[in-house]
Amino acid sequence: MSTLVAVQAGPNTLVQDLGRPGLAHLGMGAAGAMDRAALALANRLVGNPSDAAVLEILFGNASFATDEDTWIAVTGAWGSVTAGGRAVQPHTATMLAAGETLLFGQAANGIRYYLAVRGGIETPLVLGSRSRDTLAGIGPDPLVDGEAIPIGVEPTTPIPPIDLVPVDAPTTGEVTLELRPGPRRDWFTDEAWQLLTSTDWTVSPRSDRSGIRIEGPALQRRNTGELPSEGMLPGAIQVSPDGAPTILAVDHPVTGGYPVIAVITDESLDALAQLRPGQPLRFRLATGR
Amino acid sequence: MRVLPFGDRAILAEYDTLAETMDAFSSLVAVRPRGVRELVPAARTVLARIDPALISLRAAEQWLSTTPSTHAASDMNASLIISVRYDGPDLAETAEILGMSAEELISRHSNAEWRCAFIGFAPGFAYLAGPTGLEVPRRATSRQSVPAGSVGLAGEFTGIYPRSSPGGWQLIGTTDAVLWDETREDPSTIAPGMTVRFEVQP
Repeated sequence: MSTLVAVQAGPNTLVQDLGRPGLAHLGMGAAGAMDRAALALANRLVGNPSDAAVLEILFGNASFATDEDTWIAVTGAWGSVTAGGRAVQPHTATMLAAGETLLFGQAANGIRYYLAVRGGIETPLVLGSRSRDTLAGIGPDPLVDGEAIPIGVEPTTPIPPIDLVPVDAPTTGEVTLELRPGPRRDWFTDEAWQLLTSTDWTVSPRSDRSGIRIEGPALQRRNTGELPSEGMLPGAIQVSPDGAPTILAVDHPVTGGYPVIAVITDESLDALAQLRPGQPLRFRLATGR
Repeated sequence: MRVLPFGDRAILAEYDTLAETMDAFSSLVAVRPRGVRELVPAARTVLARIDPALISLRAAEQWLSTTPSTHAASDMNASLIISVRYDGPDLAETAEILGMSAEELISRHSNAEWRCAFIGFAPGFAYLAGPTGLEVPRRATSRQSVPAGSVGLAGEFTGIYPRSSPGGWQLIGTTDAVLWDETREDPSTIAPGMTVRFEVQP
């Protein structure tokens, strides 16, 4: 079995796959890759099944090497990525020769790179997934410098004969996310609802895989009662008592006691993975049902 | 019962009481359509996450509002006995809050039948609803670290910390029972709907 070595692990590099949905009633969230489309594309480019595990590399400044020639693909964030000094095109299957260094520079667009290796990362399964859940502390710890992780057996499916998949780089400008009313929309004033969809919000640096905090005006409540904890999902916009909204992300607590004013649509969820601290953000009400 | 919106992949059913919520959850689980991927019970709500390729939000809403709620025992109402040493640091204080002796608190806690309403806070942390008369507020100040196996009371619930974590429940005892083990196919020892009894371990 070949191995992938994290020569420099980077600030926060995690093993991720599609997570472990279906255990929320036991207090365990799904976790999984924050940018599911980037995970799926990276796997497809190297001929892996869509649920193979990849590395989710936050910010970059990380380097890797393998002990055998290995096909790799990089998706998600864009930045300077080189293999043995040659530029690695995003969204393209690339051969990484044994012993060559795969170097990720600081991400310039987006913040999470996804690195798929042909065969997939094969750390042990925990409850059917290799995903690191940062809230529950389940799955492999963040990689450390020098750590070697196993690569699985090459799939029988070939590398797809496409040179490059045209996907735009994540924007560094304003991002617009679509939302729908949440269960506690009526706990907020009409003004708060108006503000939600008319304000230029800013992504807070205090954001992680459990939630994206956003900065802007306080969202005032009409009902100031205590809410018994209720089930939560990624994309729910919870508002704390001081009026500050947080968009829950994949490692959110399975239940929460702050009212949810609105919920991001499933289609907008992947964009949460690539929001950079300080980036401007707007919300638009989704149409149709 | 009210059905509340929760984005494009989920809806939230809200009930008036904990008992109603527990009965509704048991009934819903028994007849869950394939398109309803997840049902997450809580104190007054059940969250239904759907796969829109298999069921529409409208159909899921219809299903939530028309499924009759029964108190009938189903196979998920399995029962479990957990041995407890009633040696918690808050035992005396909790008994005092409740206006009873420590012996009476132990007797009431261990003679009651508790039922898991929902799991939250941490993987495998079951909120067990039981007899009235044992309601206590959380501690004014949370502990930085509550040891795994601590048995506590808070509000209308008793619960066991599956692993060491911060916590504000009134701690009345300790158990050696393993509540969560991710190497098992069923990682949580207690699941919603199960009944639990505590036995006094000397």
